[in-house]
This record gives sequence, structure tokens and C-alpha cells, in this order.
Amino acid sequence: MKTSAFLTDSTLCIGCKACEVACKEWNDVPADFVEWRGLSYDNTQALGARTWRHVKFVEGIPEVGKGGNDPATMGWGFSSDVCRHCEVAGCLEACPTGALVRTEFESVYLQPDVCNGCGYCVVACPFGVVDKDEVDGRAFKCTFCYDRQKADLMPACAKVCPTQSIQFGELDELRERAENRIAELKDRGIRDASIWDPVDTGVKGTHAIFIVRGEQKAYNLPPNPKVPTEYLRSAWTSAAVAAGAMLVGTLIAFLGAGGRKI
Amino acid sequence: MSDAAYTRPEFSNEIEKEQRLTLIQREAAALVPSETRVAVASAERGYYDLPLVKEPTWTWEIPLYFFVGGAAGTASVIAGMAKLTGASPKLVRDARRISLAGAILSPVFLISDLGRPERFLAMLRVFKPQSPMSVGVYVLVAFSGGTTAANLGAWMRARSMFPEWALLLERIGDVAALLFGLPLATYTGVLIGATAIPAWNCNASLLPAHFLVSGLGASVGMLELAGNSTPALQWLGLGAAVSETAVGARIERETNPSEAPLKRGSSGWLIRAGGVLSGPVPLVLRTVSMFMKPKRAMKLRKYAALSAVIGSAITRVAWVQAGHASAQQSRP
Repeated sequence: MKTSAFLTDSTLCIGCKACEVACKEWNDVPADFVEWRGLSYDNTQALGARTWRHVKFVEGIPEVGKGGNDPATMGWGFSSDVCRHCEVAGCLEACPTGALVRTEFESVYLQPDVCNGCGYCVVACPFGVVDKDEVDGRAFKCTFCYDRQKADLMPACAKVCPTQSIQFGELDELRERAENRIAELKDRGIRDASIWDPVDTGVKGTHAIFIVRGEQKAYNLPPNPKVPTEYLRSAWTSAAVAAGAMLVGTLIAFLGAGGRKI
Repeated sequence: MSDAAYTRPEFSNEIEKEQRLTLIQREAAALVPSETRVAVASAERGYYDLPLVKEPTWTWEIPLYFFVGGAAGTASVIAGMAKLTGASPKLVRDARRISLAGAILSPVFLISDLGRPERFLAMLRVFKPQSPMSVGVYVLVAFSGGTTAANLGAWMRARSMFPEWALLLERIGDVAALLFGLPLATYTGVLIGATAIPAWNCNASLLPAHFLVSGLGASVGMLELAGNSTPALQWLGLGAAVSETAVGARIERETNPSEAPLKRGSSGWLIRAGGVLSGPVPLVLRTVSMFMKPKRAMKLRKYAALSAVIGSAITRVAWVQAGHASAQQSRP
């Protein structure tokens, strides 16, 4: 078994969106509902049912090595977002039909021929990745190019990336590569780069890790994602206690007050 | 900016003056707007103030199902207990009918909400205890079987069709409906509590109990509106009203920022409206009714009943609305 993963190194991303195009072409993803948003240059905004790769455009104060060296021009940090393929995946746990499965590459795959569009995975994802396509009726997300991986090919987005910002490989190897990259960047004087790899959190690590510069939260990368199954214990306890109380309460009400008419 | 508010910056050397020029240039080019109202990417606001998690995709059927399932599940408990303690046959029959109506309506709502309704049977191809929706589907199936059996048994017995078998069917049906009615009325709270939506998951331990009590208020109300005046219903109605008042007070006291949708905006007002109609209003009406003559007391109890039924329905809509608002406000 192979542990496939993505390392998305945003210090190398030039915002060309080739990954988005390749993803759409290979997977036959329909056009997304793009409209002019008036926020930055990014009109796609977020991952969704029809956007399985999404390049974020984080504008900032110009800095050397961050979107150009001209102090009068906007600094741009780009980062290609994708489904995290969590180790403990909220969507996978929530799916009542078994449409979402763990593959032999340890990715999370949504079987479109099983999904009935209940929408429970949508509210179970702590990263807002999977979404229901209102036209099609089913939920969709990144497949990690399951078909390509079975044929020993790398995912379409990784293949087309012209700067190796999207790297595909074994998770442990990519983690090592990320560490080396951070060290290399430090040597070059770039000290604000960090790795987003939530191992010690509810999701117990992901199969998509990121290198970003500056605040990770500015890229909507949560520092402490929680998988919804964490709330099950307290919720079912509440249900059991309340049910027990109601059972006893109803019995007392009928025995005490009696069933007689007043 | 008014003249009075402007103070000329002071510089200690020429380099600072030069840096000031660079800053003015950037401001003029709108690169670093000084008083920006435009969303930017930052640690506080995330990526351009865009939500982190997705909003629920459920349509109007789902909150309505929460309401119907809650009333039906608790009604089956009342039916079972009323039968067990020998309460009036009308009460037993009415409670069973509420359960049956819920068992018929619930799948209709659930299936019509699906993106691919023709694939509703896919729900039954696996059982996943870690998925509240999967658990709920099986609970609903078992509950429907139970309440159908109870109603069918009673119907057959009334017509003297295979009386022994009819009685057995009725008994087994009552027990099954009671046992599965409790999780039916609570699991919807688990369902939304165990999600990534902040306003829901920070109330994961409140929601199942809250939804059960809300359902109890609704089923008691429906039974009273149907003309049942058993004192036990008054006590159950009072219990539900007291609990709902306590829930409302707890929500109002919350200071956690991710619970803002429960108090502010349209969802906040809906929660408040549902809470007041389910808690304080029936509580006061029922308390006052206890000091009145039976006829006037029953009138007040019916107002309390109506208030609780409407309050329960609004509460379910309100929580789903709060989920939408909470998703919109979610940041990393």
C-alpha cells in the first residue's frame, strides 16, 4: 500500500492556475459558478463541488521574494488549495451511504455512483472542501485522481504544475522535503515560511500539506482542525441522559397524576 | 478627515521623511489603504473574510423533519406509557396517530431533500454507528415499523380481526415505537451537533436534550389540542416548558463568540422567539391554569399547547438558520 500525498509549496506558486485547468479537463468537472466578486483577483474564492483545485491569491505588503521585488507593486502570495484527504476524515465518517471510502492510496474517494446527495459530508468537513452540486444533486470533491493513481500516474494537477509547487509522492518523503525546503528558505533569508501539517489535531494529519509564507490563517488554513466525530460522545451522552429522564418523567407523570380525566 | 484630526507627523531625520514618502506613494496607489473597509487576507479575518466551512445544503424539509420526528418520537413514548398505566384509550389512540403521521411524513421530507431522491435506498446499504445520519435512518425505519404495527394492531382489534394476533402486534409495536421513539427525538440533535459548524458543535451536549424536550412540548401540545385533558399531559407540558426556559436562559448567558448566531441577527431572534414560545409562555399559562376552574383551565392549557407546538417548530428552523449564519462567520 502506498501513502500518497500532496506537498503544495506556495513559495514556488506563480498563480498560473494550470492545476485548476488540468483538474477540470482530466476529471470532466463542469464550469464553476464564477462571478466577479470584487475581492482581490480571485473570483473562484473557494473549493467547491466544481472546484477541486483552487489557487488562493493572498495580497500583501510588497516584500522581497514575495510576489516581486518592486516596492511599489503589490506583494502576492499564491497557494493552490485542495482536499486534505484527512487521516481521520469528517466527511468519510459522516457519509451514511458509504459513498465516501478510503482507497488503497489512503486517500478519501467519493463514489459518484453511490452518493445520493444527502449533504451530510458538506457540514462534516472542517475545511469547507466537499460541497453539493445543486444542479447535479450529488456531492463532489477532489478524487486525488484515483483513476490516474491506479494507472501509476501522478494526479493531473501535480503533473501540469510548471514550478513544482505541487509535489506528489509518499507522505513521509514529502514531509522531509518540506523540512528541507524551510531550511533552504531560511538560508536565503526568508524566515516567515512555515509548514501546515496538522498531525496533532483531530484530523490526525492530512495527505495534503502546505508551505506558506506569513500567517497560515490568512490562507484559511486552520491551526487546530477538529473532526466532527469528536463531538459524538458528549452528544450521545446528552441524548441518553435526556431519554432516560423523559422515560422516568413520563412514567411518574402518568402514575402520579393518573390517567383519569379532570 | 477633518483638519482638526490631522497632525503633521514629526520626523527626527531625513531617512524617516523619505520613508514617509514611500508610504504616501503606497497609500495613493491604494496598495496599503489606511482605513480599509475592503476585506483582506489576515490572521484575524482568514482568507478575504471568506467562510472556512460550507453552509448546510439542506432545504426547508430538514427543519420540518426535525420538528415532525421530535413530536412523533415523543408521542410514541406517551402512547406507550399511557397504555402501560391504563390511561384513557383516546389519549393512547391520538398519541399513536401522531406517531404514525410522523412516520409517514418523515421519509417524505427526507427523501425529497436528497439531491438524488431515487437513490434513497443507498442509505440502507451500510450501517455506520459513527455517522448520526446512518444511525438515524435505521432508527426511523425501526420506529416506523413499530408505530405502524401498533396502529395496525389496534385497528384490527377494534374490528375483531385475529384478536390475539392483533393484540400481540399492538404490544410489540408499542414497545418498539417507544424504544426507537426516544432516539428518533434526540438523534437530530446529535446529527447537527457532530458537525464542523461552530454554533452547532459547541452545543453538541445541549442539542439532543434540547430537541427531545422541544419534541415533548410539541407532542403534548398536539394531544391537548386534540382534546386530551389528562393531568399527566399538564405535568409533562410543565416539565418541557421549565426545561425549555432553562435552555433559553443558558443560550442567553453564552459569551462564546462562535455562538453569536444564536443571539444576534435573524437566526438569533428566531431562536429567541422559539424559546419564548416553548418555555416561558406555556410555563406561565400552565401555572396560572392550575388555579382555575377546569373549563377555563383547559382553555389556558390549549393556548399553552398551541404556543409550545409553534415554538417547537420555530426552534428547529432557528437552529438550522443559526447553522447557516455560523458557517458564514466561520474563520480559521
